[in-house]
Amino acid sequence: MNRFVQSINVNELIRPLGQLMVFSLGSAIALSGIALMLALVLDQTAVGLALQDKYNVTLYTYTLINLPQVVIDGLTIGFVYAAIALGYTMVYGVLEFINFAHSEIFAVGAFIGVEFLIAMDSSGLLRSASIGMSYLLLILAILLGMVAAGGLAVTVERVAYRPLRGASRLVPLISAIGVSFLLQDVIRLVEGLTTGDFNRIFPSFGNFDQRLNFGKLALGATNINLGISIKSIIVIVAAMLMLIGLNYLVNATRIGKAIRAVAQDRHTASLMGINVNRIISITFLVGGLLGGAAGVLYALKFTRIDPFVGFFPGLKAFAAAVLGGIGNLTGALLGGIVLGMLETFAGSYMGVFTMGAAGSEYKDIFAFSILILVLIFRPQGLMGENVGQKA
Amino acid sequence: MSLLSLNNVHSHYGHIHALKGISLDVNKGEIVTLIGSNGAGKSTTLRTISGMMHPTSGSITLNGVDISKMDPHAIVLAGLGHVPEGRGIFPKLTVKENLEMGAFTVTDRQAVEERMEYGFTLFPRLKERVSQYGGTLSGGEQQMLAIARGLMLNPSILMLDEPSMGLAPVLVELIFDIIKTLNEKGTTVLLVEQNALMALSIAHRGYVLQTGEIVVNDSAANLKMNPLVQKAYLGMD
Repeated sequence: MNRFVQSINVNELIRPLGQLMVFSLGSAIALSGIALMLALVLDQTAVGLALQDKYNVTLYTYTLINLPQVVIDGLTIGFVYAAIALGYTMVYGVLEFINFAHSEIFAVGAFIGVEFLIAMDSSGLLRSASIGMSYLLLILAILLGMVAAGGLAVTVERVAYRPLRGASRLVPLISAIGVSFLLQDVIRLVEGLTTGDFNRIFPSFGNFDQRLNFGKLALGATNINLGISIKSIIVIVAAMLMLIGLNYLVNATRIGKAIRAVAQDRHTASLMGINVNRIISITFLVGGLLGGAAGVLYALKFTRIDPFVGFFPGLKAFAAAVLGGIGNLTGALLGGIVLGMLETFAGSYMGVFTMGAAGSEYKDIFAFSILILVLIFRPQGLMGENVGQKA
Repeated sequence: MSLLSLNNVHSHYGHIHALKGISLDVNKGEIVTLIGSNGAGKSTTLRTISGMMHPTSGSITLNGVDISKMDPHAIVLAGLGHVPEGRGIFPKLTVKENLEMGAFTVTDRQAVEERMEYGFTLFPRLKERVSQYGGTLSGGEQQMLAIARGLMLNPSILMLDEPSMGLAPVLVELIFDIIKTLNEKGTTVLLVEQNALMALSIAHRGYVLQTGEIVVNDSAANLKMNPLVQKAYLGMD
């Protein structure tokens, strides 16, 4: 036992935790600053006056009051994006190929988890479940979603990508898009045949919908409610555990070292006695596990899922991976958090700042504008070169 | 019986017939060199032996086991060490991690430590750079690392592909001295080299490859005297 404890590389556990903190705090502070500044500037204009007229509150105060909730929502969705983005970035690191079917792997994870809970619900188990039991069931749902998504990711690689390994780079990409459509329709078909309904609702149980309130923060005459919903805590904590676990796997274990070696030079790695195909399968498995868990967490947070639920989170996570620097794990964390934050800030404040001309439905503009801007001005992403590149 | 034996091996890149019936033997304790000009098929021969490409016909045996249809990682387990052309250093792994990768299949941790120490005694420079990224090493240091990494498995035969490529003459001599020392300590070596003079100075026997075929096969001393070799590869008239 003692030797086991000694063999744990504590540094590799603390470092990613620190990175997550820095990325979260940094993007929260930067975006809050921008939002508050905009609010101050717009306060005396028609925007501020309209708000004053309607709700008798200055724009600055309105922005400030909403800030804690916006930051927490941004973090929640940011961590989900980061978990999905890691799936894209790991596969890209090893194969230099974008697995466009990853968004459907995420969706399958969400459906398996939700269907399990719906089954539990209809058997009456959820309603009678104690708090401890409901957490156990939630964890079980997440694990089921992970296993299903992980197994699916490995199968997709085996069936649709591996036979195309030697082909030009466009060919597996097209195959991935095909797999993506196929999986969407398979979900639709299966759900249609078995339940007759494409839209599935995450059952309400346990204490996940409650809010923890930490009281009020008085800033002058304004009182800011400090609180967080239990759902958000669960999503953030679960995602953090996964992200740290993944970082540990890649940086501090034998398998992780083999993954990095395959990413850097596949042929030489095989000369070291590494079974390259197995490492590629493991990479897809890990990406799928993360994606599946992210799917169930996404369903927990947003309640309603449909067969196309993977499309937007998948695209945005892809944008996040590109923003951070595709192929770079730390970059995927940074990109996911920044994108989730930015999008939530935009969704929350754009409506007020533009006097309702451009509401929260336009928030998707930001993710994809960023994708385009990064591709034009910094194609290697924020975190620099990709891990697979040769020196 | 020879340690490594190729019998009438043919290899193709698509429609290109790269190896046209290669037969060669490496006996235990020998240094055998393959010499030939660019495109003669030297690297292809090594790649075919190590399983990075599979022969279209013919057999390859290592320690009596047919390895011609095995995958590279399985051939490594059968006892083959391959230091590839261009060295194949992992640029974003440290020197230590590169060496550990070389011993990926070795579970005996003490053996790994010992072999790493042995590598450091061969190339003290590597010890100074142990926590540096492989990509930051000079060409000569990368070649040292590649050889040290190839030894981490304690292979029954070590194949070296152009170890002198891109190195300063003084480093070439150092590398060849080390190869000779390794051989004297019992490592069997199959050496591919464009620098035929250097290769023949340490090898016991040699094969001359021309456009995918072996044209001469003799002892190193005789090859140095062979008019064809002198004219084509040693720059003599």
